Amino acid sequence: MDDNDLRLDGNAAGGLLNEVFRFEMTAAATTCSGCGAIKPVGELMLYGHGMGIILRCAGCDVALIRITHIRGCYRLDLSGMICLQIDADIQ
Amino acid sequence: MERLNWQLGTVVEIRQETPSVKSLILDVPDWARHAAGQHVDVRLTAEDGYQTQRSYSIASPPEETYLMLTVERIEGGEVSPYLTDELRVGDGIELRGPIGGYFVWETNDERSNNSPLFLIGGGSGIVPLMAMIRHRANSAQTVPTKLLYSSSSYEDIIYRDELGRLSAKDPSLRVIHTLTRRQPENWTGYGRRIDRAMLAEIAWQPAENPLAFVCGPTALVETVATNLQELGYGPGRIKTERFGPTGG
Repeated sequence: MDDNDLRLDGNAAGGLLNEVFRFEMTAAATTCSGCGAIKPVGELMLYGHGMGIILRCAGCDVALIRITHIRGCYRLDLSGMICLQIDADIQ
Repeated sequence: MERLNWQLGTVVEIRQETPSVKSLILDVPDWARHAAGQHVDVRLTAEDGYQTQRSYSIASPPEETYLMLTVERIEGGEVSPYLTDELRVGDGIELRGPIGGYFVWETNDERSNNSPLFLIGGGSGIVPLMAMIRHRANSAQTVPTKLLYSSSSYEDIIYRDELGRLSAKDPSLRVIHTLTRRQPENWTGYGRRIDRAMLAEIAWQPAENPLAFVCGPTALVETVATNLQELGYGPGRIKTERFGPTGG
């Protein structure tokens, strides 16, 4: 089994993202700053580690969302993303 | 949506699905109705306070009172061996959900309700697809549906009997199995990994405006998604979920 077998995707980040955002986030559309691809969070590649997660573009590998939760503090780095469009009607 | 809180579910039944897979049937008081395809996060807390969590797809349809999670035991995993080996009827587990708005199928969603469904699953990737199949059956939906399900052997086919029963009584549901490692004698189904030729034989034509849901290990999901795109499935018509082995 290599690292690819262990890879998850943005669907698995839905719970953590809901700790921060008040909307359902796996269907939210992200625009990648690297290649311009517009993809729902659910289709991003998820890399997890002990302190948080990184969600990367499946096409060009740019990190779109980095989120950590350490000692009661959430820290988000969204600099890899040009736009995040959230559909407020999705429950 | 409401902020998701951790809730306590109580195990009311445990069902052995295959040698390495069990279904946990849970009573979760005040459970918010879920959609087929959604998942929950499960959290375990050790005596020293160490916590770890994993996502598990919901196998039960929204109409059912109890919540069913189907868990594959991952050798050396942190969470799944506890869920499959240690947990007993009457025990509680912490979970939060339902989670997800992307990999979901709603019978009342006009973007999807007249589209033929093409469900492709590998191993325990069947779980969220089973919630869709059960929901479809419970709501007397007749939207034409094909399930292409890859398992390593006949004994490893999760929900085998139920899939057989549902497809036998519903001409609009077709279940196609492929067994990648070992096939029984006289097996007439496929006996290899899902590939382009198999997809080309089975998939709905793009002109029928099908909607595909693909769930399984990364390699399977990527093979299927790439080939369906090349067969003409448009953007937004292939929904994917990469599902285990997750270090579970």
